[in-house]
Amino acid sequence: MEIFTGLFNYWVVIVLMMMGFYVVIAQHNLVKKIIGLNIFQVSVFLFYISMGKIKGGTAPIIGEGIEIYSNPLPHVLILTAIVVGVATTALGLALTVRINDAFGTIEEDEIEVLEAADDEQATP
Amino acid sequence: MLSPRSILRVVSKLLIPPILLFALYVQFHGDFGPGGGFQAGVIFAAAFILYALVFGIRNARKVAPAWLTRLMLAGGLLLYAGVGVATMILGGDFLDYSALRSDPIAGQHLGILLIELGVGTTVAGAMISIFLIFDGRDREESN
Amino acid sequence: MVITAYTLVRIRSLFAVAMLSGIYSLVGASLYLVMDAVDVAFTEAAVGAGISTVLMLGTLSLTTRMEKVSTKVSPLPLLVVTLTGGLLIYATLDMPYYGDPTAPIHHSVSVRYVEKSGDEVGPPNMVTSILASYRGYDTLGEVSVIFTAAIGVMALIGRSRRRRKQDDESGDES
Repeated sequence: MEIFTGLFNYWVVIVLMMMGFYVVIAQHNLVKKIIGLNIFQVSVFLFYISMGKIKGGTAPIIGEGIEIYSNPLPHVLILTAIVVGVATTALGLALTVRINDAFGTIEEDEIEVLEAADDEQATP
Repeated sequence: MLSPRSILRVVSKLLIPPILLFALYVQFHGDFGPGGGFQAGVIFAAAFILYALVFGIRNARKVAPAWLTRLMLAGGLLLYAGVGVATMILGGDFLDYSALRSDPIAGQHLGILLIELGVGTTVAGAMISIFLIFDGRDREESN
Repeated sequence: MVITAYTLVRIRSLFAVAMLSGIYSLVGASLYLVMDAVDVAFTEAAVGAGISTVLMLGTLSLTTRMEKVSTKVSPLPLLVVTLTGGLLIYATLDMPYYGDPTAPIHHSVSVRYVEKSGDEVGPPNMVTSILASYRGYDTLGEVSVIFTAAIGVMALIGRSRRRRKQDDESGDES
């Protein structure tokens, strides 16, 4: 039983990760793919943060009389990762807008069809 | 007769200054509590985005013109790198803040302050310009 | 959180999907808070629930609102996902338990940070002191990434659209 409560947080995170992964590879809509990537990212952050927690510790801010702090190193890495994640999301969304301009749609299968048609027209 | 529009306007006029103040608080208080450059930059940008959402893109562009956001973007990064170069000039390694002042702890403090300021400025500039580009495009399309 | 993610996968209205992702980020932020990561929770709430949602809504206003219903449902993605998930769960069987203070991650460099950051650097907030001082170089790279992303967005969709519209009309005869 202890193995369940001890590892439960990892399993939940893996379930979330897999859902995000599924959205990225299976859904056809581009915006939904980016949102799936977002889900994936948040679950990975959760994974790291849950690894950094120490039982009985508090937030890593030095205070009077506190003995145990939670590990601050994952926090730092995740902070950077969150902001980089939003930068990539913004770029991805901008790309989606441009793709919509060029092809008129954001469904992946329609784009493939249109792209193949364009290639056929281009080659003389 | 209060239309929904005017309720939004009044409430956001009340809210935006505290949001900006909160952003500054988070920025400079990052040493003592949660916070620091990124959070402050995002909250600062959120105030501008709120303004743009309620009062329209044209007014938002007047308040945060393109040259200003570009300046904020580049300026923050330059500040950060500049502090690093300054520490090199003053004798230490790159980004070793102890060289900034005679007392290493004070040097660290000054270095961290400047760094966080640079980070906050760039993040705020980036978020504002990204949002204004996204939203500004929409208006041009409908013209 | 799992329920939110599942609903995200199934719903077709993209507007609802964007809102749900904001809720997902917010719930994630509160979980971070429970796990003592106050800085991270702050950033995730501001960035994930705020900026990301706003940008997604902006994209939706520029493109479409509904997702197209898929005509074929292939089992291959489900298979890949289940396989990967199974492998990952198998991998976690060796990992230290949640909150375990004897985990190896807590005994290497973090010990020095926790003990010495008050004397060597100064600020009580250890996360800030690590971010800005011990690992200041990484933060420089991160700021460059944000800078590049903003410039990328400017380059991609910053230019005026009227010119492009004329090009499209003259070139797209099919």
